[in-house]
Amino acid sequence: MSQPAHITVHLHGDPKYLAGVREMVASVARRLGVDELSCSQLALAVDEALCNVIRHGYQGQDERPIWIRIWPEPLESLKSDAPPGIRVVIEDEAAQVDPAAMQGRELDDVRPGGLGVHIIREVMDEAIYEKRSGGVGMSLTLIKRGNVTPTVGAQGPKGNASCGNDPA
Amino acid sequence: MPAGADTVEIRESDRPGVAVVVPKGDIDMSCSPQLRDALRRVQDKRPARIVVDLASVRYMDSSGLATLVEAMKNAKQHQTRLVLCAMNDKVLAIFEIARLHQYFVISDSLDQAYEA
Repeated sequence: MSQPAHITVHLHGDPKYLAGVREMVASVARRLGVDELSCSQLALAVDEALCNVIRHGYQGQDERPIWIRIWPEPLESLKSDAPPGIRVVIEDEAAQVDPAAMQGRELDDVRPGGLGVHIIREVMDEAIYEKRSGGVGMSLTLIKRGNVTPTVGAQGPKGNASCGNDPA
Repeated sequence: MPAGADTVEIRESDRPGVAVVVPKGDIDMSCSPQLRDALRRVQDKRPARIVVDLASVRYMDSSGLATLVEAMKNAKQHQTRLVLCAMNDKVLAIFEIARLHQYFVISDSLDQAYEA
């Protein structure tokens, strides 16, 4: 995204900030006109992404930096009739991993952990992992598009399951 | 305890052999260790049944799920019946996304959880 972010947040990778970040991203999405279900799902996806950075990327070092940048999606949705969506980019300074390896695990193997990436991919329209330039850090782009026409009888998490924070 | 902090309460049930664990607030990475500790303390006493009352939980992420999966595995190992109850739709949704809603015994209410 070449356009400057509309919102940029710099935080420490400390779990105690997760609730505040969830509330912030859901509130911003709501203000952009994103539907309530999508706001909840976005908050959940951002939470899971931050948890992965804190747990796996930083291995619990709670003063390491994380950046969150937010844009309307598409950018022109603010000034047009395009259904409002949101783009969130989360970046860190953790060791780089192969983006192709960022896949959800097999769910039939019931065990603690390893569900975050699956949840992120399930609730977002796009979740793109990339290596940051410079050889350090990863970037995750999360996109939730505006709904053009509600699907009657839609099933499953992308259709009708709410899962994030309540409205502020 | 800081204002707004999430907590986990362990209640003695008036029913013999039953322990009730009551997490409150948001069960995320910052709070799930408290839930894990509470569940371990209860499981160490080897009750016949543990009920996790989720009525006061407004949000849960995968760290909460992982904590409950671990507790369920421990419960099965020790022949303890672990039942979750009274979860709201938002919390139930994450169990469904992770396809764990069929792995757990889930009751609508605390009363039903005593019998499930």
